Amino acid sequence: MTKTFPIGGIHPDKHKIAGDIAISSPGLPEIVYIPIKQHIGAPAKIMVNKGDKVKVGSLLAAADGVVSAPIHSSVSGEVIKVEDIIGEFGYYEPMIAIKVEGDVWEDCIDRSDEIVREIPDDCEEIIAKIRSAGIVGMGGAGYPTPIKTTIPEGKKVDCLILNGIECEPFLAADDRLMQEKGEQIIIGAKILNKLLGIQKAIIAIDENKPKAIEIITKLTKRYVGVNVRVCESKYPQGGEKQLIAAITGREVPSGKLPIDVGCIVQNVGTVFAIYEAVMKNKPLFERVVTISGDSIEKSANFMTRVGTPASFLIEKCGQISDNLGQIVFGGPMMGTSAVNPDAPITKLTSGILLLSCALSDKQPETPCIRCGKCLDACPMGLQPNAIARAVRSHNLDALQELHVLDCIECGSCAYTCPARLPLLDCCKLAKMELRQHQTKK
Amino acid sequence: MLKISSAPHMSSPINTSTIMRDVIIALVPAAIVSILFFGLGALTVIISSVAACMLCEYAICRWLLHKKSTLRDYSAVVTGLLLAYNLPAWFPIWMILVGAFVAIGISKMAFGGLGKNIFNPALIGRVFLFVSFPLQMTTWPKPKFLDFLYTDAQTGATTLGIIKHIDVKNSTEALTQYSTSISELPSYGQMFIGYTGGCIGEVSALALLLGFGYLLWRKVISWHIPFYYIATVFIFTSILWLTTKSPIYDPIMHLLSGGLMLGAIFMATDYVTSPMSTNGKIIFAIGCGLLTVIIRLYGAYPEGVSFAILIMNAFVPLIDRFAAPRVFGTGRK
Ligand code: SF4
Ligand code: SF4
Repeated sequence: MTKTFPIGGIHPDKHKIAGDIAISSPGLPEIVYIPIKQHIGAPAKIMVNKGDKVKVGSLLAAADGVVSAPIHSSVSGEVIKVEDIIGEFGYYEPMIAIKVEGDVWEDCIDRSDEIVREIPDDCEEIIAKIRSAGIVGMGGAGYPTPIKTTIPEGKKVDCLILNGIECEPFLAADDRLMQEKGEQIIIGAKILNKLLGIQKAIIAIDENKPKAIEIITKLTKRYVGVNVRVCESKYPQGGEKQLIAAITGREVPSGKLPIDVGCIVQNVGTVFAIYEAVMKNKPLFERVVTISGDSIEKSANFMTRVGTPASFLIEKCGQISDNLGQIVFGGPMMGTSAVNPDAPITKLTSGILLLSCALSDKQPETPCIRCGKCLDACPMGLQPNAIARAVRSHNLDALQELHVLDCIECGSCAYTCPARLPLLDCCKLAKMELRQHQTKK
Repeated sequence: MLKISSAPHMSSPINTSTIMRDVIIALVPAAIVSILFFGLGALTVIISSVAACMLCEYAICRWLLHKKSTLRDYSAVVTGLLLAYNLPAWFPIWMILVGAFVAIGISKMAFGGLGKNIFNPALIGRVFLFVSFPLQMTTWPKPKFLDFLYTDAQTGATTLGIIKHIDVKNSTEALTQYSTSISELPSYGQMFIGYTGGCIGEVSALALLLGFGYLLWRKVISWHIPFYYIATVFIFTSILWLTTKSPIYDPIMHLLSGGLMLGAIFMATDYVTSPMSTNGKIIFAIGCGLLTVIIRLYGAYPEGVSFAILIMNAFVPLIDRFAAPRVFGTGRK
């Protein structure tokens, strides 16, 4: 039986063009631009200077504090710039530019394809490896993984969920990873099991990935305690709170974290990175990126080095059609339209989508017709149209009452609204205003 | 050139115009039946009402408010159709113009246009006409199948009118009247397909149910309001019928007669004037059902659907407040 979350949700067109396309290498660009902040928390401290020679996997910047993550070089070559460069959002961000020379890896990294199954005994050692590999939540949050795998005092975890739900249209990076690196992901789950001191892990996959389901289910037969759960293809099934509700029936209380109901959710991409860090000594410097969209000739899933300009990948995918509207980093529901197509891929970039005007153009707003569709769509049980009204009249008390801080910014409301109200923007604005107001108090 | 916009970068293919278009499509079967049974008498009412509503909206937008006309959202067409469906065949055209002005001008545009009105515009128009021109509003030409010109229309009473009439108990006069009136009542089958006197759009339960099916299939409305509304009427009258055995409480007749189907499927489900959450919709629909039966059986008028819906419209803000959806992660029941 397929599982799903209790309230709301939408069914946008899936557009999973890239699901059947194997992961390939796009090759190396001439120059990579590696941002030093690819996570939530403090930017990493830069450890290299202009002119330094680096190898693949060399440390470029070290974690600055607990909520931070180190950054490694994804190529070998010479550091040519350490300065502020325009990123995907059009803002200047501190980046390290490296001119690519050959492809020489640090010696300690195990580059063989062989699957290592012996999990180290020492939990301290595992955590240290995850930390020094710079692993962060690759599903988009970018929260440093070591923090998430350390259980705070007084909390108990009894459920580890691997999030293999890619509910955003177009994206297929996690789907492909599960199909091609299934066993590594399962070993990664066992590593997490060990860290958390529990025996079980659940891999949640949504129904529209029959191949991944088949492959992973077959593999789990050989691993005690790892099980597959099939979830309904519905957006936002991959939202942490939604997934926990779907799998365990538990509801994370308003304002609380998954750990408060004994759950930890990790994206399958992150778990694969954990496997590579612990078993292969490989820092996180590459990831699968889906290139797709309705305005590009071919789709692809590239194992991409961090810092590769998006335009380099797009060029590998053939003709761009004339009706191109925007280039989106991430999924069409929650991603951002890129100001700069040359911006680099980061640890968090799951896809680059080229969307046509027809698909992505915003239509003019018309009056709210009170149809209630946004209420029905909201997975958090909020009233987006009331939030929009309150934020437009700066009614902070009403916003508080409307629980706007529980909004997960999934955009289901804005997708559904027949009057094309910018409901997601209103929610984001409302959260900002309310937070500002609360800190002032 | 690249465009930049905020997430989400996709939107549902459904918008206000497509929704209104679907409602219009769903109303087509009822129009066909009315033309089959009332011929030109129905056609003139439909055309003049729709035209008048559109004209009125256009005029107000362009000449009074000096903004772009909102005709393209088709909501004026829906109001025009619904107003027409609530009038008897051969209703005088100049009165329709007055009704359209009240519906669009006063009850919709004066409140701020689509989305801001509290009361269902078509119903306000109907009730206004009913109060102002009671005679014309209760002159019901009898249906005549496929007689297009239909000029020598006979008039007769509606089912509910007959019921109201015989609701005089404990008198010998009433008893004799009773038997003659019963023979005047149309059969269930006639009522189901709409071969009975009444407003042009409300007579055929079959046509309206077809429209309901279409609306459900297109996900324009949820089933809650029509279902709970009709179920409430059915249960309420069933209880009375079972306890008194009087044919005036006949539940099936109550379902098929008057404006119940039209009201429950098309008027009570009007987005703007009904609650937004599912729980709210259920409360609203049950309220409509109870009021409908009370007015039909105990009120001064034979039909209670319009008043019931309008009264419940007034409670919508209150219902919306108290029937807000449960926020995820708070007070689980
Ligand atoms: S963006 Fe926020 S308000 Fe809108 S549907 Fe998602 S959670 Fe609900
Ligand atoms: S979906 Fe849009 S039109 Fe419908 S109630 Fe919400 S804000 Fe209003």
